[in-house]
Amino acid sequence: MKTVEGLYYSESHEWVKVDGEVAIIGITDFAQKAMGDIVYVDMPEVDDEVTAEEEFGAVESVKAASDLISPVSGTVTEINEALEDESGLLNQDPYENWIIKVQMSDPGEVDRLMNAEAYAAFCAQQ
Amino acid sequence: MKYYDKLIFELSKEGRQGFSLPENTWTQSLDALPDSLKRGQRAALPEVSELDVVRHYTNLSNMNFGVDTGFYPLGSCTMKYNPKINDEIAAMAGFQGIHPLQPVETVQGVLQIYDELDRALSAITGMAKFTLNPFAGAHGELTGLMIMRQYHLQRGDTKRTKVIVPDSAHGTNPASAAVCGLQVVEVKSTPQGTIDVEDLRPLLDDSIAGIMMTNPNTLGLFETEILQIAELVHGCGGLLYYDGANMNPLVGVARPEDMGFDILHLNLHKTFSTPHGGGGPGAGPVGVAAHLIEYLPNPKVVRQEDGRYTIEGNDTAAGRISGFMGNFGVLMRAYAYILRLGRQHVKMVGPLATLNANYIKEELKDCFKLPIDACCKHEFVFDGLKDQSTGITTLDVAKRLLDYGFHAPTIYFPLLFHQAIMIEPTETESKETLDGFIAVMRRIAQEALENPQELRTAPHHTPVRRLDETTAAKQPVLTFADLTVS
Repeated sequence: MKTVEGLYYSESHEWVKVDGEVAIIGITDFAQKAMGDIVYVDMPEVDDEVTAEEEFGAVESVKAASDLISPVSGTVTEINEALEDESGLLNQDPYENWIIKVQMSDPGEVDRLMNAEAYAAFCAQQ
Repeated sequence: MKYYDKLIFELSKEGRQGFSLPENTWTQSLDALPDSLKRGQRAALPEVSELDVVRHYTNLSNMNFGVDTGFYPLGSCTMKYNPKINDEIAAMAGFQGIHPLQPVETVQGVLQIYDELDRALSAITGMAKFTLNPFAGAHGELTGLMIMRQYHLQRGDTKRTKVIVPDSAHGTNPASAAVCGLQVVEVKSTPQGTIDVEDLRPLLDDSIAGIMMTNPNTLGLFETEILQIAELVHGCGGLLYYDGANMNPLVGVARPEDMGFDILHLNLHKTFSTPHGGGGPGAGPVGVAAHLIEYLPNPKVVRQEDGRYTIEGNDTAAGRISGFMGNFGVLMRAYAYILRLGRQHVKMVGPLATLNANYIKEELKDCFKLPIDACCKHEFVFDGLKDQSTGITTLDVAKRLLDYGFHAPTIYFPLLFHQAIMIEPTETESKETLDGFIAVMRRIAQEALENPQELRTAPHHTPVRRLDETTAAKQPVLTFADLTVS
């Protein structure tokens, strides 16, 4: 399982890359492997509000549908429109292919998340 | 098996027909009809002979796999044998030829059966009264939640907007709650697979409408803390909803009402041997404890003191959830099933279903990973092969089972494990059938080590090989028109 240094990770297998006050959010390699071939990504719309630890969308694979849980609170500034036609990008490279970008209302929220090392240890127990 | 994938439209030959209609004695010209009622063009109907039709459907039915053709250990679905006497009785002219708008005095017999089935289901579950009107399990869930909501609203208790659902629940539970306008709150399971009471406790307050539970749960484990859970939920003013998907092992052994449940639905197509979804309409009767009877949906069948039956309604009911009295043909089959077993044999359903599941589990647990090694009820869950070093997945095992003539179990559910295989044999299978299945599962575990490629490319002996599920999900071909375009 691949992790990327410098990202923040949630227990529900989303990653966050912090760029100033903007959070770039995606799902981890562990998540895409567990899901199998992803066939659909349900994303919010730009300007939607998201709340930390609450659902902001869903990913569907041939096996199951899973909620996407937002690691941070804020306003959606951008969604990755490429995923609308090519959801399989999340399987190909889950760290390169982000899902949404969020203008954070409380950048301190990322401090509750795990770093790459802690997340790898967390996944090992799953 | 002979491969056959024709659509009847492909057999059509212009002018061919297998019927002859009597001479048209209708004297009025079609010109008298207003244009809005006339077809613009001929209906696209297949033109085929009687023999074309017979061969077409016989060939199609040969491609099918059902309980009548082989073992179908589909966890959480209770694919038990559907005795043919059910169909014979439901097909009797007196039951089949009735119309829901007939005067009530001309359908006293079927109303009596409706009432007697209500009483039989009440006796089996301990509930006080049932509505048999819902058309399916999920429809029953919605009905039950509407009753729950109505109970709170009628008491003026309008703050209760949340319903608690365990993380092991069937997907329909949160879906039904959402349709009913309730917010879903998840409660976690313990490592032993049952509801974590300590995780539940802090969720309970005056915003909770109730909890939805399946007992035994989707891991086939009995919720041993149920009495304490009932006390806690009732203590905060909520109600307990019982999802009857897993009622089979409890039939004749334990009653949900005694555990503290206020509302439940039953899947007649699971526990009471009526055909499943794809094979015909379903039925999801909802039973309630005595204090909720007035909220059962309309219309209701009422037995009068003189023995006559009437169809009635009341104002406090949780609305009307079906046009009439449910799928009567399905109710009839469940009624026949219960009468055929009788009070004495109904009691054997649960214990034998439980015995069969435990037998398979114990015979296979050295080859497959058993995450919770406990006595199960009617079903259990493996978490893939015990030895996963070759990378063989649950999907590969399920596909390979098809080569050996068995229907695959439920896979990748519940979501608590990554490689879940959920097996439910039901009480209607013989020891020989179970032994045959066990032998094949052991053989597949062996093949996974010796010849994993054989499994990765399975199935090999079915009419179609492994399907491209990803493309099927992304670019589904759903109609004849789609097919002819592509």
